[in-house]
Amino acid sequence: MKKKINPMTRKSFVTYGMLLIVFIAVEIMLNTGNISSMLQGLLVPICVYAILAVSLNLTVGILGELSLGQAGFMCIGAYSSAIFSNLVKDSITQPFIRFPIAIIIGGLCAALFGIIIGIPVLRLRGDYLAIVTLAFGEIIKNVFAALYIGYDSAGLHISLKSQGDLGLGADGKMMINGALGISGTPNDSTFEIAAAILFITLIIAYNFVNSRTGRAVMSIRDNRIAAESVGINITKYKLITFGLTAFLAGVAGVLYSHNFYSLQASKFDYNMSILVLVFVVLGGIGSIRGSVIAAAVLTMLPEFLRSVNKYRMLMYAVVLIVMMICTSNETIRNFFVRNFEKLKGLIIKNKSKTVKEAE
Amino acid sequence: MAFLENLINGISLGSIYAVIALGYTLVYGIAKMLNFAHGDVIMVGGYVVFNAIVKANLNPWLSVLLAVVACTVLGITIEKVAYKPLRKATSLSVLITAIGVSYFLQNMALLVFGEKPVTFTSVISIPKISLFDGKVVIKGETTAAIIASVIIVVGLSLFVNHTQKGRAMLAVSEDKDAAQLMGINVNSTISLTFAIGSGLAAIAGVLLCSSYPILSNTTGAMPGIKAFVAAVLGGIGSIPGAMIGGIAIGIIEILGRAYISPQLADAIVFAVLILVLMIKPTGILGKKVNEKV
Repeated sequence: MKKKINPMTRKSFVTYGMLLIVFIAVEIMLNTGNISSMLQGLLVPICVYAILAVSLNLTVGILGELSLGQAGFMCIGAYSSAIFSNLVKDSITQPFIRFPIAIIIGGLCAALFGIIIGIPVLRLRGDYLAIVTLAFGEIIKNVFAALYIGYDSAGLHISLKSQGDLGLGADGKMMINGALGISGTPNDSTFEIAAAILFITLIIAYNFVNSRTGRAVMSIRDNRIAAESVGINITKYKLITFGLTAFLAGVAGVLYSHNFYSLQASKFDYNMSILVLVFVVLGGIGSIRGSVIAAAVLTMLPEFLRSVNKYRMLMYAVVLIVMMICTSNETIRNFFVRNFEKLKGLIIKNKSKTVKEAE
Repeated sequence: MAFLENLINGISLGSIYAVIALGYTLVYGIAKMLNFAHGDVIMVGGYVVFNAIVKANLNPWLSVLLAVVACTVLGITIEKVAYKPLRKATSLSVLITAIGVSYFLQNMALLVFGEKPVTFTSVISIPKISLFDGKVVIKGETTAAIIASVIIVVGLSLFVNHTQKGRAMLAVSEDKDAAQLMGINVNSTISLTFAIGSGLAAIAGVLLCSSYPILSNTTGAMPGIKAFVAAVLGGIGSIPGAMIGGIAIGIIEILGRAYISPQLADAIVFAVLILVLMIKPTGILGKKVNEKV
């Protein structure tokens, strides 16, 4: 008898295969020089956004809660790793050693904050959780934008006012320069590393969804009270998901910060969190592969269609509204189901969810 | 004296937050959704008044009236187009849609009204009040904001508690299905709520832009979110709560800006939100709602 492959496993391997093919194709293009410099500059950002989208999808699609603090976690990852890389760039000159450490530091710092903020906040649900994560992201952005840190022979100096307020000695060096952020970060993010991390992210995400933990998290999403009544520790599983999301967002932040010479906290604003949400919604809530594809397509689209660049943000807004109405309104969804048999698979996933909700 | 002046400025800003928070609290109480786009309706109101005065040379009172009408229509349209199809959907879908609407308004305003921020000329003609031999000056805008918010809160409380439409709103907020069985038209009640909230947003927009005259497409976003914080602090669904929460947030923000750090004022307000939700999630005047299985 032929052994049946678990559909989840098949799905994940199709995604890995797709990613591998795209990766090889891009590598060939890079080596033969058949790639525009514009697209080349987008390769790392595409991976960063794809990782962000996959990580947010764990919270939105698997846990069923909305987090608008994605940019905040990214900011923590970016800042902590950029400080580390700046400190050691003269002592550890090999990026192969330096960068993996930076990635782990960035991810862990973000995860730590994710758990610290998660413990009080995850008692909340729905709109409250969303607004608190948004508030948290804004706090992170504002604090980093007002932070001045430098060091000299006398030790570390921290101020919330200005550079002059630090009172650095003659040998002092600035680490974080308020709204100007961090500069001089070594350019360690290459496409190969970014793609490898995206690959690892996908493996983590698929295995998470397909694990006992992942199933417990989904049971909380589908019916919190029933899940609680069969003994699932809601806070624990929520915290695990939230921490994992923060960790991956932090890693994306590391890639992001090591792709630019200078880094400002103002980059990690509310719009960044919304952008990631647009990727998740367009790719399909709960679909990991969809998130990656949506992130790649939407990041490249404005570059290829310069004329629509002006309407890019407006388009994102319309995507959010139309996607939600089409997948959540029963009349419209049934219309699609009747008329587009092919789309059925895509839509039914959401249907089973809302039907239960309606009961 | 500087402290007194900061305190008065805080109350003034807080009064504006209170008017915005009323819109959140009404919609949250009745439609059970966080209308993310509420802050952006404020911005639209501001732009309508600005264009009516500068481009069409209308009288300030008439422009304010025009803005109230425009925002009311906008609020009803948003509800009908974006939120009504999702009445039975999960709260996650509704929330994402609301974020979409907010983003849509911001970027539409960018295209329609231009990228460059404009300077709003105050429409308020109340004279300054000088206290303590001119050591403390209360601007006309401050007086106007405080008076307007008090009138609105009292008026709205009377409306909700003593008119048929208002009591219908209370009934819908209590139990949508039961209200429908009692012959209340739930859809028109929800539309009315959005209309009132958006009309108030227009007034809040005028007050906000008169005090803080830089108007751009994101003018409404931050005050909107802070007003939501105010609504949560005061107890969501409660009209006097919105007033108390609004003024508290306004004072916290202005004092934080003056005595702690100008850059961290927003962060302090948000920290208050997190604290409130940790300690007393129902807010100061909110009711505790038990969850039914």
